[in-house]
Parts: sequence; structure tokens; C-alpha cells
Amino acid sequence: MALLSFERKYRIRGGTLIGGDMFDFWVGPFYVGFFGVTTAFFSALGTALIIYGASLGDTWNPWLISINPPDIAYGLSLAPLREGGIWQIVTICAVGAFCSWALREVEICRKLGIGLHVPIAFGVAIFAYVSLVVIRPFLMGAWGHGFPYGIWSHLDWVSNVGYQYLNFHYNPAHMIAVTFFFTTTMALALHGSLVLAAANPGPGKEVRQPEHEDTFFRDFIGYSVGTLGIHRVGLFLALQAGIWSAICIVISGPFWDKGWPEWWDGWRNLPIWQ
Amino acid sequence: MSAYQNIFTQVQVRGHAEMGAPVTDSDDWRVGKPFFVHWIGAIGNAQIGPVHLGWTGVISLFTGFLAFEIIGLNMLAQVNWNPFEFIRQLLWLGLYPPPPEQGLNILPPLDQGGWWLIAGFFLTVSLISWCIRSYTRAKALGLGTHTTWAFASAIWLYLVLGFIRPIMMGSWSEAVPFGIFPHLDWTGAFSITYGNLFYNPFHALSIVFLYGSTLLFAMHAATILATSRYGSEREVEQITDRGTAAERGALFWRWTMGFNATMESIHRWAWWFAVLTTLTGGIGILLTGTVVDNWFDWAIAHDYAR
Repeated sequence: MALLSFERKYRIRGGTLIGGDMFDFWVGPFYVGFFGVTTAFFSALGTALIIYGASLGDTWNPWLISINPPDIAYGLSLAPLREGGIWQIVTICAVGAFCSWALREVEICRKLGIGLHVPIAFGVAIFAYVSLVVIRPFLMGAWGHGFPYGIWSHLDWVSNVGYQYLNFHYNPAHMIAVTFFFTTTMALALHGSLVLAAANPGPGKEVRQPEHEDTFFRDFIGYSVGTLGIHRVGLFLALQAGIWSAICIVISGPFWDKGWPEWWDGWRNLPIWQ
Repeated sequence: MSAYQNIFTQVQVRGHAEMGAPVTDSDDWRVGKPFFVHWIGAIGNAQIGPVHLGWTGVISLFTGFLAFEIIGLNMLAQVNWNPFEFIRQLLWLGLYPPPPEQGLNILPPLDQGGWWLIAGFFLTVSLISWCIRSYTRAKALGLGTHTTWAFASAIWLYLVLGFIRPIMMGSWSEAVPFGIFPHLDWTGAFSITYGNLFYNPFHALSIVFLYGSTLLFAMHAATILATSRYGSEREVEQITDRGTAAERGALFWRWTMGFNATMESIHRWAWWFAVLTTLTGGIGILLTGTVVDNWFDWAIAHDYAR
């Protein structure tokens, strides 16, 4: 029912990391596996705690519900449930669910006989999340430095933390991260456009192949990285965006506690200018 | 296992340089003798060039160069033509739009934003010429014109920031200055002036599409690299005649998250996410100060802030 026309011959046993054949089955389109079970466990517990936390708050407006981390005064200790403890357990559940999801992807890769690029790339996203809610709070000595879980409350957190450093745009790692985000999006537009343009040349025209794709880009900018190369470039750009985002927030506080514009005075006052 | 991860091209095959597929129009103005760079070949094609020049290309390069020079020479003049001070202060230097008292005067004195208007004019001509060039080159090769329309979406945001919104506000002084820190200062001040841009729903959409584009490219590029041993990088071939590469890529996502794109539709997702980033961003900027004066107050009035 949930099978694609070609799917049955790919649904074979094996490739699991843990649990042997015990969890080696599908539910609808979803592969389960041992890590599917742990993903479901962590997601269910985390979601239930978020709903419980919302019930303790004063609103059910989905834009405004917020699960806040403990007060700074709790340092790195466990807080009571109603005073940030929920946030702490939700964070454990989130890390558990994300890591389970990545390992489940590894099992699916092994089953399909394909490379591990997707779970490795997802690992970079997990790293960026962990930097925000574990590494940086740990380095600064209080879980209270994590961000609150809420649609608009996390934006307020971004805003407030940014202005604590006067103008976050001056953070050099933030500059690099933003540049990678913009460059990735441009590269994605160019790649998506090129493939669609070759496959959809217009009524009555022949579908074009890589020879024409390469020629278009050489004509356009003097270089075509090629059909395989663009995916290496794209993955590199996207992962760099995540890595530099993590760096830019981890250095803010633990390694630099003044305004970011001030950081650049070091360059202006180098002895070579005397 | 590591041999299949396909991070670098380990054996490079090198024949004659490819001079390009024949074009359908008579404009065959390709210049430059192609050459090969080994280290670039480790990632993608090793061949650099030839490039098509054409009138739109010449106009674009020339006007782009003029804009670049006008901006750079203005900055150099600000440090009294001292090259060392120029390098030292480069990140702080800027070429600013006319002050508020000039309004929409299109011929303000050169040192009162006149140079900014001239540089902006040439940069706009350059960008639009390059965009037209993407159209004519696609047509000459019998390709669709998807690149042109994606490029037009980026130009839309650029024109909103430097042209359309300043006109609606009645002053060039509303526009963004040229320069590294000056344009960052403009961005920071813009958000504070209009009550935190995070509460602008179109800004939120633009960020979603920006992050979504990065996520999509990571997912798509990783999927293609992971299935490249089955020939997935020949995407057009997989679109018209699906093979095991596309099937395994699709099933990976179906088994992971219950849904999969096809080899063609993933590129439609990609195109729309990237295009909507600047399209929604431009709408958000255009509404700011013209329709909505304070996004935080607006958010409170619409029940999503307090």
C-alpha cells in the first residue's frame, strides 16, 4: 500500500547496527530499526513534556508557548521541573532523538548500499544545536545560557544575545556563516535552475544533457564545475554554514565578552600601521 | 567503505579541452584558450574557459568595473589617498547615499551622495545585463530560462533595498550604503528603527527559505554523492529514464521521513526555496516604514507577541 512501484525489491533484511533482525521492519513508508524505537521514545517523551510545560504556562497561543531554561543561579545543576527542569529533560530528549535519527539513517544507508553523506551532514546540524544548548552553556557555567523552546521566544533570545555584544554582525565567524548561507542559497538556485532548464527546454525541444549544461556555465561565467562537482561544492557550502554558525555563538561569551565591533580595533591598532 | 564516500576525484581523465556545444543563434563569441588546473579537477571539472563574451557580457563587465572603481576611489579619497590607511580602514570605509535633505534629487552634488547614485546606476546596469545574458545564452543552447528568473528574484531584493523603497519613502537616504561595516550598521539600525525585524513575518519567511535552502542543498548534495556509485550525478538522465541511483536516493528519504521527492522535483523544491528567499525578503523590506512603522507593535496587535 505504502510501497512505490519499484520499492519491493529494495526491502531486504540486514544492515542494522544494533538489534539484529528484531527491529528490522517497516511501518507504512517508515523504516523502524532499533534507533527508530529510540527516536520514537525520545520524541514522545520530549513532546509530552513540552505539552506539560505549556499547561503550566499562561497561554495556549502556539506562537507564544515557551519552555524556558533554568535561571542562571542554578548554574550547571539540575533544576526543579517547573523551574527549568522541563527544559533540561527536553534538551536531553532532543539530543537523544537527533542522534537516534542520525544512526537510523546510517542503518538505512547500509541497507541501500549507499554512502554515509546524509547522516554525516545531519551530524553537523546536531553539532550546531548542541553548541547552543550544551557546549556554550557548559563553558559559561550555567544551563540558563541555553535558548528557550518557543517560536517567538527563541527569536527574542537571538535578539537579546546579539545586542549583549552590541552588534552581532561584527562577529567575524557570524560574517563567515552568513556569507556561506547566502552563497549556498545562490548555488542552490543555480543548480536547480540548470537541471530544470536542461530537463524542461520548452515545447518541441529536445531534453539537454550535461554537455549543454557544461557549455551553458562556461559561456555564462567561464567555468562549469560539472554534474558531480556541484554536489561536492553544495555539500561543502551548506556544512560550512552550519559549522561557522556553531563557532560564532560558541566564541561569544566563553572567548569574547565585549562588543563585537570592539574586536576589530585589534586590526586597526596593529603595530605595522605605526 | 571509504573508497565509496566519493569526496575527491582520485583519477583524472584528461582529453582535449571541450570547446562547447554548438549554439542555435549566430552569436558564437567565445573567447579564451581553455586550460586545466589539477587541484580544481580533484573537486569538479579541471577545465577553465572558454567564456562567451557578447554585448551584454561586455556591458556588464564594463559597468560593474566602473561601479567598483567609483566605490573604491571614493573610499581611497576618504583616507587622503594613503594606500596603507586604505587597507587599514577598508572595512570601515563606505560610500553613502545622499543625506535626507536631498530627498529624491537625482543630481545631488557628487560629495552629497552623487557618487553613490552614479555607482548604484552602473551596478544596476551591470546586474541587469548579466541577467539578460543568462537568458540569451540559455536560448542559444536550447535550454529553459530558469536561471534568468531566479536571478531576477535576487535583483528584486537589490532594487527594493536601493531603489523602490527609497522612492516610496521619498528619500535616497533610506537606501543601503556601499561598504562592509557601513552596510552592516545600516542593517542593524534598520531593525531597531522599525521595532525589531524578527517580528516582520516576511523577514521570518525569508529566513526560513534561506535556512531551508541550506538544508535542502545539504540533503540533496549528500544524497547524490552517497548514490554516485550508481551514476546519480547524471541527473537529467535519471529524470528521463529512472535508474537504481534515483530509486535508492528516493527510498532513503521515504524510509527516513516517510516522504520523497523525485529526481526532477527535488530541483523544483530547490529552485522555489532559493527564489522565495529573496522574493519574500524584498516584500518584507518594502513593507517596512511604508506600511508598518513598528513590527513589534504590529505583532502585538496580531496576537503573536506580547
